[in-house]
Amino acid sequence: MLKSIRVRRSQGSQFIPDPRQANPVGFRGRPVIADRACETGCQACETACPTRAITLQPAPAEPVSIDLGRCVTCGDCAPACPSAKLSFSNDFKLASTTREGLVLSATRPAPDPVQVSAALRQRFGRSLKLRSVSAGGCNACELEVNALSNVNFDIGRYGIDIVASPRHADGLVLTGPITRNMALALQSCWDAMPAPKLVIAVGACAISGSPFEGSSAIERSFLERFQPTLYLPGCPPHPLSFVCGVLDLLGIAS
Amino acid sequence: MMAPIQPVQPIATASTQALPIHGLDDWADQIGQRLDAGERLVTLFGRADAGDAVLTTAVLQSPSGGLVLLRGCGPRTASFKALTPRHPAAQMFERELWEQTGLTPAGHPWLKPVRYEGDRQQQMATHPFFSVRGQEVHEVGVGPIHASVIEPGHFRFMCHGEQVHHLELQLGYQHRGVEALLLQRPTLALSSTIESVAGDTSIAYAWGYCAAVEALAGSEVSSAAERVRGIALELERIAMHLVALNGLATDIAFLQGGATYGRLRTAIINATMRVCGSRFGRGWLRPGGVRYTITEERRADLLSTLAAFAKDMAEVNALMRGARSVRSRFQGIGVVSQQAATELGLVGLAARASGVTVDSRNSLPGRLYAAHPMPVLTEDSGDCWARMTLRMREVDASVQWLRQVLEAPGLVAEAADGPALAPIGALAPDLLCVSVREGFRGPVVQALETGPDGRLLHYKLQDPSLLNWFGLALAVRDNEISDFPICNKSFDLSYCGNDL
Repeated sequence: MLKSIRVRRSQGSQFIPDPRQANPVGFRGRPVIADRACETGCQACETACPTRAITLQPAPAEPVSIDLGRCVTCGDCAPACPSAKLSFSNDFKLASTTREGLVLSATRPAPDPVQVSAALRQRFGRSLKLRSVSAGGCNACELEVNALSNVNFDIGRYGIDIVASPRHADGLVLTGPITRNMALALQSCWDAMPAPKLVIAVGACAISGSPFEGSSAIERSFLERFQPTLYLPGCPPHPLSFVCGVLDLLGIAS
Repeated sequence: MMAPIQPVQPIATASTQALPIHGLDDWADQIGQRLDAGERLVTLFGRADAGDAVLTTAVLQSPSGGLVLLRGCGPRTASFKALTPRHPAAQMFERELWEQTGLTPAGHPWLKPVRYEGDRQQQMATHPFFSVRGQEVHEVGVGPIHASVIEPGHFRFMCHGEQVHHLELQLGYQHRGVEALLLQRPTLALSSTIESVAGDTSIAYAWGYCAAVEALAGSEVSSAAERVRGIALELERIAMHLVALNGLATDIAFLQGGATYGRLRTAIINATMRVCGSRFGRGWLRPGGVRYTITEERRADLLSTLAAFAKDMAEVNALMRGARSVRSRFQGIGVVSQQAATELGLVGLAARASGVTVDSRNSLPGRLYAAHPMPVLTEDSGDCWARMTLRMREVDASVQWLRQVLEAPGLVAEAADGPALAPIGALAPDLLCVSVREGFRGPVVQALETGPDGRLLHYKLQDPSLLNWFGLALAVRDNEISDFPICNKSFDLSYCGNDL
């Protein structure tokens, strides 16, 4: 009993009071593209990017754009740029309700704020139950989805829970690039979920498959049939990106 | 004067032109003799060459020495006398060799695909599981999708009442074709892919990869960079052992333990993030060195994080170990005997918890762990309790090691980012390099082979889970099926590391 009290006292209060106001020191989050000219003919950042997230356009178009849906925030591009045009901020508000909304440039520095969906808010604003399926995830996204329920992020306080059965679920949290060997199980899980239901694509693998693009063991047709309602970029996404993305989608105050 | 003894390196290179190539039976014979003599099989794999031959490689480690490479060759349709009947430690390797190359280890008792790759993708439903018959005998199938947030895999229990007679594992759902993908991308730009092979072991994989390409290019990183890599690896070990401790506590509804281990892990991975930007150490290690150094500010931050952590960790460990309910759930459950662990060739924490003295940080220390030794910790009972206790002790040992290394002179760098990575030249032609790094589950083995033009011909990955999954299957025998979750959590193995 005394041991238990001692542990409780050391534990103190660990929850993040308002996730929207959090400041994850050091987090390599949103890429920042400085609004200055590139060196003529330079392709260093595009070459350094391992997942082809960076696209270069010839002048006079916007020279550099970064697709957060493909970006693994490895940071390899920043030191490669001779003009010091690229850096990363610790901004974790990276969610988007559209795939195109994830593409950033100097004039479009952040994804559009996630719009509250009135229909989703009415249905799920007070209770959203999620079923997680890892379809080739490397266990980083899975650990971060798990972390949502720990004492720090504690999404249960907003009525959001991860549930054990697809029958109890309103939403599918998809991680991983979708392997051929998981395609059938993923479809079965989705079919077992009662409508209305939604897909949340978590991480670069689920959103674009970019980390494993070109492999013959990936089969992504599920996402052609069922478009995600929310995209949560990162490799893996920070739990704060997840919490705030879902809170914004459902219009939940924090 | 005696020359200083060089520490045994966790890496070995050999010219593929100079390595003798044996016929397959001769090759298997030589491996068998070395195993009889007490050597351990580190890895065994094959690669189809451009013609219709398969080149096989075995890596062995003697109790006192470094790594030995043995090469064999035979046509794709060949068979050879399987090692497994006499040396069960070869069973997974021979299954994988058969699945990946088509060579037949004749006399192998159970040639089941390891991960259903290549032409076998999506063929899992066709697999004939073991079956048991009799009154009150029944089977329970679980997965691939499980109740919690976890990777997929299928478990088929053959039970008599509540008692498990046998567990058959069906893995492969996570197969992403990583090994083939690694050959499609530029060899020096594989870091982010390597960090995602088993994303909870990013650092061990990244370090092994960096060390291998550096060895292939004949370059060496500074000792300060090597120390930073070691710091990253031990932080990863602490964080991931805490995941398993959290899971063990939660699985027996010891909620205070679960909540506390969870937030203690947050403290460690956030400290990692403050150094390198990622809670999983992504982007920290790169060929040629490290992207983020330990500055004076970061050193102070890590030391104070570890001091606060160590105090709270000791408290919650005492609570957990002192609780009668915890002892009652974990002691005597999921036992793997020392003999079984040795014969099966279990590795890493799972082997050490059964009293097997194996830790590549000790047997293949390299200059870092030679200068800052890590003791090999073992437990005797081989049960869930042993695997839990050993995780606590390994966390303590890593904290002590980190404090020692962080306080040693010569570590602190002036600049936060850099120094610039040492340039890596062209990879030498016709070289085979095997690198071993002791991740939190056990040794991560990576073998890279270059061809005559210096380009990669083969990239073989081996997660410690490949060998240890069978240990879990053995552990649950004669236990109640309701004890499976704690057995599984006590091993805490990787699905994607097995499935690649």
